[in-house]
Amino acid sequence: MEKKNAETQKNWNLETLEDGRMVLNMGPSHPAMHGIVRVLLTVQGERVADSDVEIGYLHRGFEKTCENITYNQCVPYTDRLNYVSPLINNVGYALAVEKLMGIETPARCQYIRVIMSELSRLTDHLTCIGANAMELAAFTVYFYLINAREEIYRLTDAVAGGRVTPAYTRVGGLTRDLPPDFARMTAEVFKKVRKNLSDADKLLTRNRIFYDRLHNVGNISKEDAIAFSFTGPALRSTGIPLDVRKATPYLVYDRFDFDIPVGSNGDNYDRYLVRLEEMKQSMRIVEQALAQLPGGPINHPDFNVILPPKEEVAGNIEALMAHFKLTFEGVKPPKGEVYQAVEGGNGELGFYIVSDGTGSPWRLRVRPPCFALTGGLSQMIKGGYIADIVSTFGQINMIGGELER
Amino acid sequence: MGLETVFGHSFLTTRLDEAVNWGRKYSFFQYPFVTACCGMEYMSVFASAYDIARFGAEYPRFSPRQADVLFVVGTVNEKLAPVLKRVYDQMCEPKWVVSFGVCATSGGFYDNYATVQGIDKIIPVDIYIPGCPPRPEAILDALIKLQEKVSRESVLDRKYK
Amino acid sequence: MTNYLLETFKAKFPDDVLDTHAFRGDETVILKKEALLKAAAFLKDELGFDFLMDLTAADYLPREPRFELVCHFYSSKNNYRLRLKCPVAGTDARVASLTSLWTGANWFEREAYDMYGIKFEGHPDLRRILMYDGFEGHPLRKDYPLKKRQPRIPHRE
Repeated sequence: MEKKNAETQKNWNLETLEDGRMVLNMGPSHPAMHGIVRVLLTVQGERVADSDVEIGYLHRGFEKTCENITYNQCVPYTDRLNYVSPLINNVGYALAVEKLMGIETPARCQYIRVIMSELSRLTDHLTCIGANAMELAAFTVYFYLINAREEIYRLTDAVAGGRVTPAYTRVGGLTRDLPPDFARMTAEVFKKVRKNLSDADKLLTRNRIFYDRLHNVGNISKEDAIAFSFTGPALRSTGIPLDVRKATPYLVYDRFDFDIPVGSNGDNYDRYLVRLEEMKQSMRIVEQALAQLPGGPINHPDFNVILPPKEEVAGNIEALMAHFKLTFEGVKPPKGEVYQAVEGGNGELGFYIVSDGTGSPWRLRVRPPCFALTGGLSQMIKGGYIADIVSTFGQINMIGGELER
Repeated sequence: MGLETVFGHSFLTTRLDEAVNWGRKYSFFQYPFVTACCGMEYMSVFASAYDIARFGAEYPRFSPRQADVLFVVGTVNEKLAPVLKRVYDQMCEPKWVVSFGVCATSGGFYDNYATVQGIDKIIPVDIYIPGCPPRPEAILDALIKLQEKVSRESVLDRKYK
Repeated sequence: MTNYLLETFKAKFPDDVLDTHAFRGDETVILKKEALLKAAAFLKDELGFDFLMDLTAADYLPREPRFELVCHFYSSKNNYRLRLKCPVAGTDARVASLTSLWTGANWFEREAYDMYGIKFEGHPDLRRILMYDGFEGHPLRKDYPLKKRQPRIPHRE
């Protein structure tokens, strides 16, 4: 059935496998390869001499699909890119289309988008650390952190009507406003999250086993990290304080006071610490945003951008026509191309959209942060132990939906 | 249960099917074939808030040879299809398959060149769970449905021979 | 309003720059594909663009040249972004590889090759990355049907 294509086959020259080396297959269905990645290792004893990372087991044709549907129909697909932090994808995509159209959403909408993005960042880092700890046999931490995540999912559920995949944004606005007692709910949830985080911190950070499994494992230098286009916690762990939220602030991030944690070693332990601190900073941002949250509308006033409210549709012919046209043809940005970057859970999440003036994008490209990270995996695991692949792979936080789209 | 003190050293009679199925349905060893977004809810249902252990199915085996139930969690694409088939073939009878989420069930809203339109194009499925992704309650419901299905089976069924 | 970066580019490569624009503030240079490597080296070494953020392609089918290679560069020192585009003809879909400048270009170029069939000359290991061996065609090309599947194993029915 399978045709071997000389052009696409990596040359595993078995004759060169002398002095006791052997080829070991890890994945695609392997407990540590959450998501599905296959790593072909050449090992010398317990050490990794060479490796070939093979991806594509979750390629779902996101980009091709989006070329055939309207702009707003793409939103649910963006949820499923980085399904650990879906709201950041929603926000990034909406911002890209809005940039293409040259519009700006009302202040309240921007604040809510910030709040939801930061909640998503929390779920992302909680899942990453929790799963990583579980793979390194710290099962209790997994329960603590997933419980914290559960609380945030309940919050997302109350706001957007979905736990994992809420599809919360629309081009030019949001699906709905915050519930009335959102500030109180958030305060309660954060209390629990902080408790869980401090428990996990006590269990992990100074834990001998955890420290030894992560410290000086999966090192990468500053220069290599830049050459591999690393962004996000993986880049910051090497000591480069690059964060899209600070460098090129989008939404209203320039109005908040928060810090960018950086590491020094570029190893897994630093990546863990950076993530831990980022969660605390995210909660700080949400609290500031809630304190500053302005009133007013959440959607752009133009009915050619966003669906008019139902009462308008029923009582006003203009609104009815706009509703009809938007539903059937979608928003129509002018011809042109834009690239919009936001800080995703794993780093710079970019959307490159080419519009030909019709209701569906001509080209929609996602710049997935963990694509670059997984590209650097081979180098990070080279020379280390086979068992260390688990911690390195866990700490680069590979998310299949985003990696392979 | 206190029954043993009442019955003492006597014996009970039951149908073999029922005794076997009772044992099977409360001790599923599952193989989580986790590929995509549904894995997030799968993690939730594993953790203490929903706690799948209450139903005796908390123990994941990452070797198909030791597993009873194959949970296919998430989208399966054409590249992954042979892997899934191979994992299924390596499992010993009796085995059951749970299709978790719409992608595994029907391809979901991914209808394009890459995705398989439902894992039942590759392997037989016992329980389908709708939802994108399904809520944890739906997963527990599906597990109970699977237990009911198992309790209706007979050791004389063809698949055990 | 003149733009310093775009003007620098025009002055440096007068024969190679085909067009420039700054739609919605995204500064873009369109240049001949022969000049891609030296332009990228110029960006990296002299203008301080240390990150190759993204490399992808786009297909504008009825038009010729059909493909466009799109690179996004980012300078962390100056906090600046630039887009570089090269038209690539469908009949001669070859471009110089950027792997000699950025190691990370390796996977991005493999993806562009997989999805569009653009060959990168000088790439160390150009093979499919998302699709599998035996897959024919390049799925993101506009003439590849959305639902044309190529199963690796026969489906049950």
